Amino acid sequence: MKLHYEIPANDLTYAGEASSSVKKKLVQLGIDPALVKKAAVSMYEAEINAVIHGNGGFADVEVSSDRIIVTITDKGPGIPNIELAMQEGWSTASDEVREMGFGAGMGLPNIKRYTDKLDIDTQIGEGTKVTITVEFNKRL
Amino acid sequence: MLAAEFAAKLGAKVLTGEPRDNTEIKGIYCGDLLSWVMSHAPKSSAWVTVHTHLNIVAVASISELSCIIIPEGIKVDEATINRAIDENTIIISSELTAYEICSIAHDCGI
Repeated sequence: MKLHYEIPANDLTYAGEASSSVKKKLVQLGIDPALVKKAAVSMYEAEINAVIHGNGGFADVEVSSDRIIVTITDKGPGIPNIELAMQEGWSTASDEVREMGFGAGMGLPNIKRYTDKLDIDTQIGEGTKVTITVEFNKRL
Repeated sequence: MLAAEFAAKLGAKVLTGEPRDNTEIKGIYCGDLLSWVMSHAPKSSAWVTVHTHLNIVAVASISELSCIIIPEGIKVDEATINRAIDENTIIISSELTAYEICSIAHDCGI
């Protein structure tokens, strides 16, 4: 199964819609709830990052018999220092975003925690592609 | 304990109407950092938060939390309530503080 979603830029109103939709579809497919949560939390974090930092973009989801692969591609400024961005608590989010409970600097660390494989392809001035893989034969 | 029963114990109002299913509360989790809540709140917890914007519904749904409890009578956006109804997520509004809610939960054996 392949799914495609547009991610709006800088509009937190509908942020998380793609992840919520994917979660529902995975539940309907009868996938183990623990694995659904791994995929949904990871995708939500990446989706929020694309909204807050990435000027929006799109999400592509591919579900096969043994794994789910989520690719979030944004149109943002890129990540100058991935090592720093992976540190829990490090964030460049605005005060406005932080007041809503986002921007705690836990997005990428959470994705890493909840996925079996995380790839980050970032180009300064062009954007970032985050690829998340959750294997169906592995649990948390 | 069912979410509706706990709301009654709190003297609180269920903003999303009569729950459509027997949603059970198996714990309480307080927190306002959304990523922290998603990575730490145990499944089927009632989530106490001061946030009232639309995104709390997605966080509760994705994290498989049993309900959202808004403390201290904080007004909840109409759009958030409508989204929660659509997503079958329960939102409870209480006049009590987070501490008082947790104390009652403890007394109820949650």
